[in-house]
Amino acid sequence: MTLLIVIAIIAVIAIVWISVYNGLVKSRMQTKESWSQIDVQLKRRNDLIPNLVNTVKGYADFEKSTLQAVTDARANVNNAQGPAATMAASDQLSDALTHLFAVAEAYPDLKASANFMKLQEELTNTENKIAYSRQLFNTTTASYNTKLQTFPSNIIAGVHHFEPSEFIAAPESEKAVPTVKF
Amino acid sequence: MLYEQIQSNKRRTVVLLVGFLILVGLVGAAVGYLLLESLTIGVVGALVIGAVYIVIMVSNSTQVVMAMNHGTEVTQADQAPELWHTVEDMAMVAQLPMPRVFIIQDDSPNAFATGNSPKTAAVAATSGLLALMNRQELEGVIGHEMSHVRNYDIRISTIALALTAAITMLTNLGNNWWLFGVDTGRDRDDRENNSGGGQILTVVLSFLIMLLAPLAAAVIQMAISRNREYLADAGSVELTRNPQALIAALRKLAAAPPMQDVDASSAALYINDPMKKSAHLFDTHPPIAERIARLEKM
Repeated sequence: MTLLIVIAIIAVIAIVWISVYNGLVKSRMQTKESWSQIDVQLKRRNDLIPNLVNTVKGYADFEKSTLQAVTDARANVNNAQGPAATMAASDQLSDALTHLFAVAEAYPDLKASANFMKLQEELTNTENKIAYSRQLFNTTTASYNTKLQTFPSNIIAGVHHFEPSEFIAAPESEKAVPTVKF
Repeated sequence: MLYEQIQSNKRRTVVLLVGFLILVGLVGAAVGYLLLESLTIGVVGALVIGAVYIVIMVSNSTQVVMAMNHGTEVTQADQAPELWHTVEDMAMVAQLPMPRVFIIQDDSPNAFATGNSPKTAAVAATSGLLALMNRQELEGVIGHEMSHVRNYDIRISTIALALTAAITMLTNLGNNWWLFGVDTGRDRDDRENNSGGGQILTVVLSFLIMLLAPLAAAVIQMAISRNREYLADAGSVELTRNPQALIAALRKLAAAPPMQDVDASSAALYINDPMKKSAHLFDTHPPIAERIARLEKM
């Protein structure tokens, strides 16, 4: 009888252990997947930029410094190591692109060109996807890290050496305090 | 919270199905009595038609609903880049599969989602919505629709739509045959000279059911749809982190004229009442002002 109870308890613990462990693995996988989402979009944007630069170059008097800033920022994203540095470089590229599109407002011919319009939509789309996949990454990271710190999953995570995932900080421009108007 | 909402939606879908089947049975009884002088045939017939109808709707809901609302499918990003990309973004951040995308040619801005589960979901937007909203506002509207998908609101509202349409069909049938039905009733009275009291009572009851059935259908549709809109608004903000854009979008929706050619039984699916009725008792949607007030508090 006692033996049966002991076996039952061990079986219950084993089942709980396995399901929590699998939950942790799934959670960690989700953070990795959401990081790869960001990565895909960063590459996509870097592929689009040479096209954009070539299109804009055709307009002779277009500010060289604006174009140079975009090209440099693109190279920095390519060379950056690790999530934090990559995202910091990515934010600079976002700013450079925003500036380029703002400058383009002054070139009616450029703005009207079908090629430029298509590139603008593609880049806007990619920028949005970077922002949303970053949000998704932070959401999945939060739920994974919570599991690492709460009972009973923290014990299992400790035994199997699950490492916490790091958040990506919000870009500087989004951190700015919004101005309240009355 | 989200999990509870999903469970409650799944539970209420079953309750709704059972409740509607009882109502369909009652309507069938009324129609059967007037038409064929047989309650049993009426009830059985209505339940069979109802069951077949539900099966067809459940397996084909997207096709049927989009046909009812004149939606044309968009299958490539090139056809409507802004809409396609926005739906992609919202599906990604809500961790849902990419739904099918449809456009309805109508100048009035509106949108809805339908389907039986997130895997079979579809999102439709009017051409007016695409013309009128900027990208952030469009994200707010699509985020609202993707919240309906995630919460399984689409399942309950699609089934409610199917059932309401079925009841409307049945009562229309009953109404059209009504005069004919009373005539046979009178003939029978003359012939058999039964005590008329019981039959008159049954006729009156039949009429009550026929009158009340559409009303009941409307009440049930209203009951399932109003509160979810607040939840979907909150869900949209959770996805976009941008309550201001959704507020701006809701203002634009409120200011717009009604849709040209909208299917009445689909009205509850839309983000805002597409018919812009002034009555309040049978509103399918909470007032926009109230939705904006709740968003401003977030």
